[in-house]
Amino acid sequence: MNSILDLILRLDCWLLLAPLLPGIINKVKAWVAGRRGPPVLQLYYDLARLWQKRVVLSTLASPAFVVLPAVTWVAVLGAAMLMPLGPLGAGLTFRGDALLLLYLLALARFGTAWAAMETGSAFEGMGTVREVSYAVLAEAAMIAAVLSLSVQSGSISLAVMLGPALGASAVLLAAGLFIVLLAENCRVPFDDPNTHLELTMIHEAMILDHSGPPLAAILHGAAMKLLLFTVLLVQAVLPMGQLKPWAAAVVLAGGVLGVTVAVGLVESLLARFAFRRVPLLLTTAFLLCLFALLVAWKGGLS
Amino acid sequence: MNHSNLNLLIGLAMGLNLLALGTSRLPALIRAMSVQGVILGVMPILMERPDWRVLLVAVATIGGKGLLIPGLLRRAMRTVQIDRELEPLIGFVPSLLLGAGGTIAALALTHLLPLLPEHAGSLLVPGALATVLTGFILLIGRTKAISQVCGYLILENGIYLFGLLLIKAMPLLVEAGVLLDLTVGVFILGIIVDRIQRAFDSLDTRKLTALHE
Repeated sequence: MNSILDLILRLDCWLLLAPLLPGIINKVKAWVAGRRGPPVLQLYYDLARLWQKRVVLSTLASPAFVVLPAVTWVAVLGAAMLMPLGPLGAGLTFRGDALLLLYLLALARFGTAWAAMETGSAFEGMGTVREVSYAVLAEAAMIAAVLSLSVQSGSISLAVMLGPALGASAVLLAAGLFIVLLAENCRVPFDDPNTHLELTMIHEAMILDHSGPPLAAILHGAAMKLLLFTVLLVQAVLPMGQLKPWAAAVVLAGGVLGVTVAVGLVESLLARFAFRRVPLLLTTAFLLCLFALLVAWKGGLS
Repeated sequence: MNHSNLNLLIGLAMGLNLLALGTSRLPALIRAMSVQGVILGVMPILMERPDWRVLLVAVATIGGKGLLIPGLLRRAMRTVQIDRELEPLIGFVPSLLLGAGGTIAALALTHLLPLLPEHAGSLLVPGALATVLTGFILLIGRTKAISQVCGYLILENGIYLFGLLLIKAMPLLVEAGVLLDLTVGVFILGIIVDRIQRAFDSLDTRKLTALHE
């Protein structure tokens, strides 16, 4: 009974808190630019509005067009359930759940990519190609990061992996994971969430033809993915195992807020990179994570 | 003594290697090289009990590699008005991967070398190997004369790292002579770069291989 209550609370936490992050990022951007900006809760209003609208369906699209956004959303939510939350631990934990996390994220991407190509629009196909080709490099970095955490702690269970403090590799891992976070969530050096020019969009181009509740699911899933990566980054870098539970919770919340503000600052201070420069940045992220792995491995030997 | 501090500095120098391989902007390349020179200059102070000899080597290295040579290179860059490497022979991503692969190989294979026991836990030898390799990649893979000079200087940084193994045995005069040679070399290269620019309207060294009437 208690565990069911715990699971429901955890679900609520992820579902309700996730749309806050894009709001905070937009607020930071507006603040840097000296504007007032949209309210922090804007995404909640958007989601509520989209939920009440009806779905416009292309005659070409198969039922997958509506089903796949839901699959994506569930996959991200499942990944979120595996992610431990500091002192609370994970909702579900077993040996090897780190691998399941990686595959659930890949499934989520597969879902959006397929749904984007359902209508046969050229722009969506273009956005999909970009998303998937960047993902190849970003996933390599992500796998290297997970490997380095796993070598460091000698475990492939997220709850143990994210526990111990890292030494010198923490800095490398933080930089690498931050770049992966920006790439995976289509934030600024890779993609501009504000742009509405089809030729330069990635994530936005993929969801052009979605409407109503499926679009709400996609937007909410994207916000949850951002929160997921932020939590992963904070827990991978900050040593929270030694702290008291309430202190760890404060550190986790502060870390998530800090990373979100950092994303907003990056977004205000950097321009989107030209497409041909993106692989270089992602390779850099991969190498950062690889060297974190190397440091963890060497540190374990001596 | 101070093993972890030293290793941290060498790790930083190895990171700067990768930065030098990944950047297309010449000012960033020159900055990476000069910061690496400064880091290398600080190392003898950490390794030895600082007496006047070690301090002199350190100050000369920091002044030469950190200030003088980058200054000369920046001046050369300004006179020829070039600040980017546009078409390298080995692209930036491949050279970055090559450099990283070389660094990892250097780290993994160093324990096969017959080193003195006091150098076994140190990153000096792998750092030196990785830096020399980075210098070679820059020398081979870039087409602009200024990037090649930077590659040559990074190569020299690697040799200097090797030299730190012998810091007790190496006479001061040798160190000073190497540094002087280097400075004069870069000085002359600055002039040559200017001449290449005037003769060919570009700094592409590939044009130097073609014969003219």
